[in-house]
Amino acid sequence: MDQAVSHYRRALAIMGAALLLVAACGQQAGTTPTATASVAATATASVAPTAARGTGGNLTILYWQAPTILNPHQAGGTKDNDASRLIIEPLASWGPDGKPLANGLAAEIPTTQNGGVSSDLKTVTWKLRPNLKWSDGSAFSADDVVFSWQYRCDKGTAATTAIYCEDIASVTAKDPNTVVVTFKAPTANYWGEFGVGPSEGVLQKAQFANCVGAAAKDCPANQKPIGTGPYKLASFKAGDVVTYDVNPNYRDPNKPFFKTVTIKGGGDAEGAARAACQTGEADYSWNLQVPLAVLQPMISAADSKCQFAATYNALERITVNFANPDPALGDKRSEPDQKHPFLGDINVRRALAMSANRAAVAEQLYGKPGGEPYCNVIVFPRSKSTDSLDVCKYDPAAAEKVLQDNGWVKGSDGIRAKGGVKLVINYQTSTNAVRQKTQEILKADWEKIGFKVNITNSSATTFFTNTAPDGYAKFYADLEEFASSQDPDPTGFLQQYICDERNAKANNWNKNNVGRFCDPAYDTLVNQLKSETDPAKRDALAIQANDYLVKNVVVISLVNRTAPTPNGYSKALKGVQGSPFESSLYDIANWTK
Amino acid sequence: MGRFILRRLLVAIPTLIAISFVMYAILALAPIDPLAQFALDPRVPPEVRENVRRSLGLDQPWPIRYAKWLTSLAQGNFGISFMTRSSVSDLIWQRLPNTLAVVGVAYLVGVLIGLPAGILSAIRRNTVVDRVISLSAYAGFSVPTFFTGILLIIIFSIKLRWFTFIYDSRLEVTDLQTLWLQIRQSIMPITVLALFDAAVLTRYVRASMLENLPLDYVRTAHAKGLRERFVVLRHVLRNSLIPVVTLIALGVPAVFGGAIVTEQIFRVPGIGELLVTSIGTGDTPVVAAVVIIFAVLVVGFNLIADVLYAVLDPRIKYT
Repeated sequence: MDQAVSHYRRALAIMGAALLLVAACGQQAGTTPTATASVAATATASVAPTAARGTGGNLTILYWQAPTILNPHQAGGTKDNDASRLIIEPLASWGPDGKPLANGLAAEIPTTQNGGVSSDLKTVTWKLRPNLKWSDGSAFSADDVVFSWQYRCDKGTAATTAIYCEDIASVTAKDPNTVVVTFKAPTANYWGEFGVGPSEGVLQKAQFANCVGAAAKDCPANQKPIGTGPYKLASFKAGDVVTYDVNPNYRDPNKPFFKTVTIKGGGDAEGAARAACQTGEADYSWNLQVPLAVLQPMISAADSKCQFAATYNALERITVNFANPDPALGDKRSEPDQKHPFLGDINVRRALAMSANRAAVAEQLYGKPGGEPYCNVIVFPRSKSTDSLDVCKYDPAAAEKVLQDNGWVKGSDGIRAKGGVKLVINYQTSTNAVRQKTQEILKADWEKIGFKVNITNSSATTFFTNTAPDGYAKFYADLEEFASSQDPDPTGFLQQYICDERNAKANNWNKNNVGRFCDPAYDTLVNQLKSETDPAKRDALAIQANDYLVKNVVVISLVNRTAPTPNGYSKALKGVQGSPFESSLYDIANWTK
Repeated sequence: MGRFILRRLLVAIPTLIAISFVMYAILALAPIDPLAQFALDPRVPPEVRENVRRSLGLDQPWPIRYAKWLTSLAQGNFGISFMTRSSVSDLIWQRLPNTLAVVGVAYLVGVLIGLPAGILSAIRRNTVVDRVISLSAYAGFSVPTFFTGILLIIIFSIKLRWFTFIYDSRLEVTDLQTLWLQIRQSIMPITVLALFDAAVLTRYVRASMLENLPLDYVRTAHAKGLRERFVVLRHVLRNSLIPVVTLIALGVPAVFGGAIVTEQIFRVPGIGELLVTSIGTGDTPVVAAVVIIFAVLVVGFNLIADVLYAVLDPRIKYT
């Protein structure tokens, strides 16, 4: 017996020793990261001023959603758009001020002043940079630009970037360095409809010529595009990791600074925040929408390694349902012709807006890296007159008075009612820790003044569909919360509140007006904006439409969130200039350490 | 035996078809949308999304989609992933090595710890050794892996800075240094999973051994003057292993299925991580492929377990 036991004991002892060995080796290795970190720090000091191409080592970027495809026109989400942006460029990018930035393939931005835009706003001439080359060394020409437009606007290609295709009559290559775009009608948003922004990436005609139409779907080039951007693809494992090398043919001989870039995908936002702020394993971490209670200590710690960009353009808002979501209506539920029993009353809506504590939501849940309290509907141009409106100020007493004065009186159960209609609200949103906390704050605010609020949430994959009964598009609830970003031109965003855009069974809930709001006076405003071409008058009309929506509480804006996403990046990283209308990585050529 | 295996294989076919039907129906009826990401993107209007959906074949009724999918599956074709627009089998082959390197190794380590610990615990029952092993085993399977995973990250990655918690799937083990890097990046997930597997197995082996130890044949063996080691290893262990073999064999498909939570936490791009992200993005061809492979493995390893029974226990005969 003893002998047998000693045998097992020996086996265990060996295992134990092995474990100790592993642990010991671990300790030894533990010194390496700090050592390399200090080396990197000293290197930075000497290298940064003379930033020469490819001298910066590797740049590690974390995306908790992994890129799955590198053709921006077939993107399945922001992650794909961003990962392809290092390779594929548009003619120009949207700068932080909402104006085009000539950092792409165009030599300059066409305007009416420089003759690039015709006076009738129908013809735009884009001058391309001369002697551009693709990363494979072949010559870039205006034909590639024309081809890329044809590619994405071919119905069979089913590109996710096939927007504004119907507005354009033709795109032609006048000469190898000139592209002429002709619009069917005078177009004020001529930059946004062709050439500028994340949807406008230019593909190489030689590579994608056989990938137009139905062949686009499983085209191998989608996984390994050739581009003109600062980097070229080194390796790509879909849904996992992308690596890039410097593009030797990039137009600026001094850029990019980093020799290689790695975009590692997967995991969760909290882990990505730890990697950027605590361990420094990542130089840049995308979309750290982590509850502030978790994020704030990481940022404010003395040895915190991360910083955040503060550019805002993602409006977290509550949409009011003007149609009746009563389940008793069956098929007619939330149809535009079914009037909501109490949200049609402006006083009820005003009371909701006046008793919503935006500041509490913004400060307690979003903080500085997340967003700022916001009452307007559009982000650019920003209306100033709404600041003084009562619906933009948190004043529960005034809200209560509005209800009381208009006949909504409290019953024995504490819920206000009028003519047998009780103020019971179903408030839905997508599953997300921050949104659920927002629901709790607002529920408390509203119940204090006599509403009864039921809150529900459903997973983002079902909430953001037009098929799910608990989805945002069918809107079988009274209020719902979500966010979306806007283009520098506000027309598209304002248009989503016109009568024709109302979601209904007839259009398979495939329109944009999910609140089913309809007012001919508002439609007139938007139509005026659409036909106006003078920039100053357009801004004035946009602000007028914005103020209309705010005053009438068609939506209750809460927070203007960080855009494109709250990205945390190393304090050592320099030159990162986020733009709220662009891909997070649109200016990666300028980044240095 | 040959006829038994053949019969079982034939029964497996309708079973698998039934599984595939139920799975596909659930996937098709769940309101998940591969374009949900773009739901509120001003640059991707509804009609563009509708057109993309059409190009993915999602406008057809699901029974037709199922029939098409099953026909191509019968030809060994898993289809094209919605998200990567490339072959699903390529994706799975890309993920498999990572899963085997982490979940597979963890399973192996779990068995290597669990077996001896269970045996030791049984032959020294009610001693301090047994108590320590049992207590650790209870702790091992009571604490969920997502908790131990985050705990290890906070201790070893963030506080001590010993290990990285971002898995690099491009690493190829060619020499000692890369082997060390591989150990460094996979030791935490392996530990988390192995502890759990070992804990379950330890309890199982211990119980099974304890059933056999007081039996007459063991006493006879002792009476014959056989050495303790021989009695335990040759007689008791062999008989005790029969239920354990089932447990181990049935656990193997789970290895291929990956460890969903652990892979997610440690960013190991394995099959489990692929399954979860594909469900989240509505990439049904990938989900269907992973689930059907998993079903095949479960059916297959059930058969293997049954065959192993006959090998280990001569009393069991299949006709």
